[in-house]
Amino acid sequence: MNGFKVFLVMAFVIFGVFAGPCAFGQETALKIDTGDTAWVLICSALVMLMTPGLAFFYGGMVRKKNILSILMQCFIILCVISIQWVLFGYSLSFAPLKGFWGGFSWFGLNGVGLAPYADYSSTIPHQVFMIFQGMFAIITPALIIGAFAERMKFSAFLLFTVLWATFVYDPLCHWVWAMGGWLRNMGALDFAGGTVVHVNAGIAAIVTALLIGRRKNLDSNVPAPHNLPFVVLGTALLWFGWFGFNAGSSLGANGIAANAFVVTHTAAAAAGLSWALLEWLRNGKPTMFGVASGAVAGLVAITPAAGFVSVIPAIVIGLLVSVFCFTAVSVLKPKLGYDDSLDAFGVHCVGGIWGAIATGLFASKAVNPLGADGLFFGNPKQLLIQLIAVVVTILFSAVGTLVIYKVVDILLGMRVNEKEELIGLDLTQHRERAYTVLE
Amino acid sequence: MKKIEAIVRSEKVSDIRNALEKINYTGLTLTQVDGHGNQKGTIQKWKGVEHKITIIPKTKIEVVVDDGDVEKIVETIADEARTGELGDGKIFVYAVEAVMRIRTGQKGACAL
Repeated sequence: MNGFKVFLVMAFVIFGVFAGPCAFGQETALKIDTGDTAWVLICSALVMLMTPGLAFFYGGMVRKKNILSILMQCFIILCVISIQWVLFGYSLSFAPLKGFWGGFSWFGLNGVGLAPYADYSSTIPHQVFMIFQGMFAIITPALIIGAFAERMKFSAFLLFTVLWATFVYDPLCHWVWAMGGWLRNMGALDFAGGTVVHVNAGIAAIVTALLIGRRKNLDSNVPAPHNLPFVVLGTALLWFGWFGFNAGSSLGANGIAANAFVVTHTAAAAAGLSWALLEWLRNGKPTMFGVASGAVAGLVAITPAAGFVSVIPAIVIGLLVSVFCFTAVSVLKPKLGYDDSLDAFGVHCVGGIWGAIATGLFASKAVNPLGADGLFFGNPKQLLIQLIAVVVTILFSAVGTLVIYKVVDILLGMRVNEKEELIGLDLTQHRERAYTVLE
Repeated sequence: MKKIEAIVRSEKVSDIRNALEKINYTGLTLTQVDGHGNQKGTIQKWKGVEHKITIIPKTKIEVVVDDGDVEKIVETIADEARTGELGDGKIFVYAVEAVMRIRTGQKGACAL
């Protein structure tokens, strides 16, 4: 008891000594808007939460013996990409160089200070923009995990992820969102990452799924989700976090953020309902797994459109995305036979492509004057630009992922052997067991 | 001494316990089990993939009793567990060689 009190007093003293100067710290610009800054900081935290949320969303879907491997992959990404981002990922993605990527001028956040950087956001500290974007850089590689679940070697996964983040995510991010990015300059509209995040990860997913091969004994031993409540919990965290993902991409506490929030929520709701209805019609009963999948698909689809479309188009986008994704997952996948285990391609790629196209259809300057009008508002050219952006994303992601996969496969070998796969990744890759048998 | 092992519907366990208590049998062991006899199960369908659910959860009740009480207890359990539908379960009776009450070290029938 006594020792604890001493510790408390010491902690307060130390905190006071260090917090004091920091409180008077390094604020320079008169232009920093406290509302915008508070909002984007909170949104950054919301998006961070999506990575553990995704971990449980995916984790509940795999067999019991592999849950830790999913959680581990997500959490290690959180660790390693966070470091990569502040060291050079942010610089490669957003430093204002024209070309393949941004270069290393902002290595270690050199030049990325606490004053606003007007080209990206004039009312929040530059580091707030940086950290907000960092959370996107973290979750994007995590999405791919769904494709190769239950059979990828951990060491290979780690190397693959770092290379993919550096050579696929960072350049694509640069092209679509950075100053000097050629897709940005072409006029492609991607509010919060339909192409950069979802199509990108989704294509990487199908490529890795095809290269790594189907799980063993898939037909005789159909794997069922071992913990659907985890899947639902994960979905809830994703939906919640997505408000930060989309509404935060307005980079300010303003009308566009409000629009993004409303359409994000509505699209998710419409898509969840739509998937339930589809299952009811086709399979006789709506399932929890279906509503969860639908809601996520809706969130994916509205991502590129959130700052450009209004609520009625959002409902349409949500209702339709479930049709496309449901078809991709329950008709296309069994027919073509690829083992995209957790439907990273079926939900994120298909949903993201529909979202990017829908942006080209429904975008309206009445919603966001800084955007553009889409096909249904008299500007067919935007749809073409969106299609180009999607095709570029697909090609670049496919080729990049293929090359990186092959390199890592040669160096380390991507897939675990058959015995390891049967025993499970938790025990073989991490020597760890999630659920104890004995006390 | 005999062990009565009854594999029954999980939702019937409360009724069975109450019925056994009424005839002064309060000791029992419960285990959650999975399996099937002739019950067909159902087909679950997620995202286009069909999962045949033929392994069905039940509850196993184990009681160890005097030879003379076997018939009474088997009937009591069966009456409560029976619904008339496929899946009511089965009761098995085994011979028990020895019994010990761990707390006191007592052996034999008085340990029941």
